[in-house]
Amino acid sequence: MSLTWVTLAKDLRLEWRSKDSINSMLFFALLVVVIFSFSFDPTAEESRQIAGGLVWVAFLFAAVVALNQTWARELRNHVLDAYRVSPAPANALFLAKAFGNFIFVTVLELLMTPLFIIFYNLRALGPAYQLPLVTVLGTWALVVNGTFFAAISIRTRSREIMLPLLLFPVSIPAVLAMVEATRSILTGDFSARFWLVLLAAYDVVFTIASLFLFESVLHAE
Amino acid sequence: MAETAVITVADLVKQFGRFAALRGVSANFAPRRLYALLGDNGAGKTTLLRSLAGLTPPTRGRISVLGTTNLRSICSRIGYMAHPSLLYDEMTGIENLRYFARLYGIEGDRRCRQVIGAVKLDPALSRPVGQYSQGMRQRMSLARALLNDPEILLLDEPFSNVDTASAREMSALLGQMRDGGKTVFVVTHQALLLEAVADEFIWMEAGRIARRTASLEPGEQT
Repeated sequence: MSLTWVTLAKDLRLEWRSKDSINSMLFFALLVVVIFSFSFDPTAEESRQIAGGLVWVAFLFAAVVALNQTWARELRNHVLDAYRVSPAPANALFLAKAFGNFIFVTVLELLMTPLFIIFYNLRALGPAYQLPLVTVLGTWALVVNGTFFAAISIRTRSREIMLPLLLFPVSIPAVLAMVEATRSILTGDFSARFWLVLLAAYDVVFTIASLFLFESVLHAE
Repeated sequence: MAETAVITVADLVKQFGRFAALRGVSANFAPRRLYALLGDNGAGKTTLLRSLAGLTPPTRGRISVLGTTNLRSICSRIGYMAHPSLLYDEMTGIENLRYFARLYGIEGDRRCRQVIGAVKLDPALSRPVGQYSQGMRQRMSLARALLNDPEILLLDEPFSNVDTASAREMSALLGQMRDGGKTVFVVTHQALLLEAVADEFIWMEAGRIARRTASLEPGEQT
């Protein structure tokens, strides 16, 4: 586990110095908020119905930027080869990248959520205390799959296209759960329990599958 | 009596799609020797080196290093320096080495400072590697490959873009490492730089070992 923290610390340091991921994500998410707010003029009730979808789609697309960047910096100067020839376990690298992406996307969410609330005049009518749980489970669902599929797509010729092509279809159940859980909390019309359980199960299954398969991905040509 | 081979390759074939980078390479390499791998671009030198490092699994054939065909199990006894630097441009030299040292279970800065000193760089240099000259980057890259005090060193073009004086110093350093008991493989286009220290020159052509010689002949001193 200590190698995971060492690698995570290294990634955070690199991001702090370059700000490659966070700047691109912020800019992208900000554009989505502003464009949608000018395109529609929803009432408070309509906002509560559509905000879940808007928020998570914005975060999903913005996260793709960070996910591509995570591995792109390992390909510059072929640094990934230095990891591959070392005795360090593949899973330490995977977990470090997933935790790093989780931190980047969470920072984005913390910065963007107040803007969403202001632009869409949002107020939760359901149990708002469940929102952090949806956010944590949903963000992990995005980054764990995203980190894995970004590692697969990074060595392909059209990696910017390849990642969404691989990631989005697999993420549909998680995105649906995030959107519905958020909508249930904002409208208070129904319980989010089923969607939270679905998200948690999705996280467990895909975390285990990614950890199980990542060594083959890392050492593949 | 002949020494037991530290590396044995048998009928090694590596295909990239329809292109065969290695076409049946078979050879034994004795320990504590410095081998210069020479040949034109596309001859298969880098592919052979990457195969020995465990980075490029062969399409066919067998590689045995330090008595095992499971290269993962002995990777901590191998040092690999590629043509690209394998370093993070945004971090300083010591930050890079500190990170890579941890991958080998090496704690603290002592070893990092030692290898940076060995390649004649200053461990206190506060510039990020991205601002190094090409020669300094090559030296830092060599320092990274030396971190785990490997028994086998695989170096891909360590002298490229390095000025002649520095290249000669690096060449002498490689000779000292061989004398210290390491087996060293150097892929290079500058064979002359290794003339004084190499034990054997291995010429590759079209994915095969064409010949092995103990010294350079007059026409080969490029």
